[in-house]
Amino acid sequence: MDWFPLLLSLRVALLATLITTVVGVAGAYALARFRFPGRGLVEAIASLPIVLPPTVLGYYLLVSIGRNSPIGRAWEAVFGSPLVFTWQAAVIAAAIASLPYCLRTATAAISALDAGYEEAARVAGLHGPRLAFTVTLPLALRGIIAGVSLAFARALGDFGTTVMVAGNIPGRTQTMPIAVFDRVQAFDYTTAGVLAGVLSVVAIAVLLGVRRLERSAL
Amino acid sequence: MSLAVDVRANVGTFHLDARFEVGAGLTVLFGPSGSGKTRLLRLIAGLDAPTEGRITLDEGVFVDRAAGIATPVHERRVGMVFQEPWLLPHRSVLSNVALAVHDGVRGERRATAHRWLERVDADTLASRRPGELSGGQRQRVALARALAGDPRLLLLDEPFSALDLPVRRRLRALVRELVDATQVPTLFVTHDADELTALADRVLVADDGRISTVAGPAEALAAIDEDAPHADSPGTATSDER
Repeated sequence: MDWFPLLLSLRVALLATLITTVVGVAGAYALARFRFPGRGLVEAIASLPIVLPPTVLGYYLLVSIGRNSPIGRAWEAVFGSPLVFTWQAAVIAAAIASLPYCLRTATAAISALDAGYEEAARVAGLHGPRLAFTVTLPLALRGIIAGVSLAFARALGDFGTTVMVAGNIPGRTQTMPIAVFDRVQAFDYTTAGVLAGVLSVVAIAVLLGVRRLERSAL
Repeated sequence: MSLAVDVRANVGTFHLDARFEVGAGLTVLFGPSGSGKTRLLRLIAGLDAPTEGRITLDEGVFVDRAAGIATPVHERRVGMVFQEPWLLPHRSVLSNVALAVHDGVRGERRATAHRWLERVDADTLASRRPGELSGGQRQRVALARALAGDPRLLLLDEPFSALDLPVRRRLRALVRELVDATQVPTLFVTHDADELTALADRVLVADDGRISTVAGPAEALAAIDEDAPHADSPGTATSDER
């Protein structure tokens, strides 16, 4: 049994979720609390990964971070090798694919808060980041945890976007879902089944852990 | 200490027109539900902006539409107690009060919070969560939080309307005592005539968005009696307008 795909999947999903959490929660706070021009457009674009087929998303991403793109060239100038078809590209793919799940859930949670808590805190002299970190985000914590766990599940399960930008290189970019596909293509149903089972057990364990976390928050 | 208000605010079909000036002591803002009392308090605290006019506290300009000045809510140093306590459920009572204290290091801020909890007879609750408290205890804590920030003005928006009468009476006495001790100018909103007689040094009457009359309690009550159909009967604790 080759554990590489599982370990890679966990590493990619955890890093992607970390990025998604920071960007998603900050974005959710901005969308829920500030009115700015282009707000609707930002929300729509950020939600595209839910609507678009993963391969289409992967195509856009491939064009954006490919060797001829500004991002791709900058990466290559700094690290000396291309970004595409590396595990780091898989992290970017998983982060973008999972972002809207965190963003939308957290935005809804923040929007649903009773304005009274924040108003009372503002009158008491709180504002800016301190208001966000002591009042708004803790009150919306359940929704944020729910969004982060959805994002993690999405990142762990991504296939289409990842395969487009990171490829299917065993021992380098082959994550669990891709390994399952790869084994089925090779008529190795036994290994595919084991991989699928392991991924399912990990997913269930994570979701149970999140449930406990959600219950202990507030 | 003098709070000068001269503002108009239009919200949908509701027009608020408030002109008055009040000094130190406890001013009761009296009127039926929907007469604009809460809206006025929100304008003074800075939670809403007036359509036109200005609000000043001594030399400090809270808002002046014509001059384009609007001091942010958190810089107005106003203490406010709402109908609901709005205490943060994930923090202890002490920490809730300490959030409003901005002077000193952490230990000093907590000590100040503790002193205010003692003043409202709630120091034994310091380590509890707001969810474990009774309604009256929560409003005591909210009162401590409002005063802990060393406010220049205290706004109380029907703070005890959801409480039972005996609790309400005790808290009313506490407010009277605290206002006398701290000398913080206080605006107390109510539609309860008992509360008016028990507390008021002077009275502002709100009637369908017009807030102007400054009178003594006796004159105010007499004026309200003539106007009886408008006034709520004492003790009908309805939730006020936003």
